[in-house]
Amino acid sequence: MPEPLLEVKDLHVHFPTDDGLVKAVDGISYSIQPGETLGIVGESGSGKSVSSLTVMGLVTRKQADISGDVVFEGQELLDLPADEMRKIRGAKISMIFQDPMTSLHPYYRVGDQIAEAILQHRDVSKKEAFAQAVEMLDRVRIAQPKDRARQYPHEFSGGMRQRAMIAMALSLNPDLLIADEPTTALDVTVQAQILELIGTLKHEFNAAVIIITHDLGVVAEHCDNIAVMYAGKIAEYGRTDDIYYRPHHPYTWGLLQSIPRLGEVTERLTPIPGLPPSLIHVPSGCAFNPRCAYAFDRCRKDVPELLPIDGHHASACHLSLADKDRILQEEVLVDR
Amino acid sequence: MGRYLIRRTLFMILVLWIISLATFFIFVKLPPGDPARRLAGKGASPETLAIVRHNVGLDRPIWVQYSRFAKGLVPFPGWFLNEQVYYSWSNRVAVKDEIIRRFPYTAVLTIGATILWLAIGIPIGILSAVKRRSVADRSAMVFALVGVSMPTFWLGLLLIFVFYYQLGWAPPTGINIGANWWDSIWQGKYILAWITLAVTSAAFYTRVVRSNMLETMSEDYIRTARAKGLSERTVTYKHGLRASLTPVVTMVGLDFATLLGGAVITEQVFSIPGLGVYALNSLYLTDFPAVMGVTIVAAVFIVVANLLVDIVYAFLDPRVRLT
Repeated sequence: MPEPLLEVKDLHVHFPTDDGLVKAVDGISYSIQPGETLGIVGESGSGKSVSSLTVMGLVTRKQADISGDVVFEGQELLDLPADEMRKIRGAKISMIFQDPMTSLHPYYRVGDQIAEAILQHRDVSKKEAFAQAVEMLDRVRIAQPKDRARQYPHEFSGGMRQRAMIAMALSLNPDLLIADEPTTALDVTVQAQILELIGTLKHEFNAAVIIITHDLGVVAEHCDNIAVMYAGKIAEYGRTDDIYYRPHHPYTWGLLQSIPRLGEVTERLTPIPGLPPSLIHVPSGCAFNPRCAYAFDRCRKDVPELLPIDGHHASACHLSLADKDRILQEEVLVDR
Repeated sequence: MGRYLIRRTLFMILVLWIISLATFFIFVKLPPGDPARRLAGKGASPETLAIVRHNVGLDRPIWVQYSRFAKGLVPFPGWFLNEQVYYSWSNRVAVKDEIIRRFPYTAVLTIGATILWLAIGIPIGILSAVKRRSVADRSAMVFALVGVSMPTFWLGLLLIFVFYYQLGWAPPTGINIGANWWDSIWQGKYILAWITLAVTSAAFYTRVVRSNMLETMSEDYIRTARAKGLSERTVTYKHGLRASLTPVVTMVGLDFATLLGGAVITEQVFSIPGLGVYALNSLYLTDFPAVMGVTIVAAVFIVVANLLVDIVYAFLDPRVRLT
């Protein structure tokens, strides 16, 4: 096994607030090999964004109690001084965000905003940086990149802005691109284009990608591995096939059943009952137990550990393997 | 742009016309009593009264009276504030000359105070936002609250009391009309007035800049700027400040223009013979042409400032289109 590009070990991110400690991320571990794509899936408030903002160094010890390790290319990021972290952020690890409508500065030209990132990390002239920005816009398939670079974000459509964000994020040829709900705010048709683009560019730039999403459907085609997060913890982790065809956690079942499928006559989708728990008062035992149809006594007492099922695949659930297989066959996979 | 300017100019004319109409009725027609009698003096004979009334056009129908005033508001050579109508009833000088004579005092007061309040308010507001919840921030907010709460007449008198009567650091207040305004500045006659006028606004601006800045710094594009690996200094002072200060431009323009039309209380407290004092005295003396003249000049300042601010804003914020 080669050395992973990024290894997150037992990461905890707790925000002290007036109402109590918000356990946004509560002990998650995962790793990514160079060039790999990892999907992190979960409902809003499951800690998926906070965990990646912590990797980026955008959530720091100033704002939160952070423990655990974030090792990137053999280097511990959590202990890195701010100046050192800044050299990595944007250059080796870069990020695109959920809402492209608000993620670009409204007062600066798109080309200048991309060039600014290049200037920050490379010793080039402003002119060269701008030329590179234009080239990047071209590489994210924006027509007439020269003219577009001189325009302001409000002259771009949502999809174009997200392309510009991707151009900015890839302009320094990062080793890791974190895409935080990159398509949530976009039209469905544009969503597919953006994901396609990320998929293609990932190969062109040879970058590893983390796609954060609440939509399992989004990550299916593009990810090698998937981590399903619930209430700050990883509920299930595995290869994409494992998650889709052999899911082993009732929460993953719920997510899969709430995806609409084409060509299927279903009266209604099956939502997961209830709401994600407050991250201040997490239910005792398994955080998912109040919403879980299969919960039994032990689920309300003991926190389940993320235990391997076979090889890569792991899930954090007290149900016995036999029970899970049975439920999977009899209830979950039947309507597929 | 051309169409925009034409439309805005027409709109300005409409606004000024309404203001002139309102001023005419409120100050000229509504007050009880016979203006001619006040103008002619107590012991005037009926014949004198009739002559006076005829001279200032008070024997004509009301619309003729108004149009005489209105004609003087048209910026046409020989019409604007013409001396036939805009001739002070109280001290027998042309209103135009009086306004020109008094304007520099108000202008010096306003410009100095504006510079001062921007120099105090904006940096404190920024600092307060950047060092949020620090001791500096808390103190700034206390200053802001106290500053906003202090009435200018009280603060003015307090400053005079402390710095003139008690400490003797400041010169006695009062500028004679006709005094060279440049000399008055160097004699320190304006300093306390500037401070008085600036404190209230500075306090207000501190709060506005602070809250704008805090709001901006939580915007998504600030997170993007950080994600690029920019230093916190660049993020704050390039990306944050630009967006936070743009709305302040609007405020400065309008506040400045309002004061240019006369800072009534401050001028009164410090005996500065500016437009505010002129307007006030004219009101006391029911000197209608003067009231009309000063009001309309003040209104012009504000209306023009409004237009300028909008044009400047379009340059600062690329999203704004002048259409």
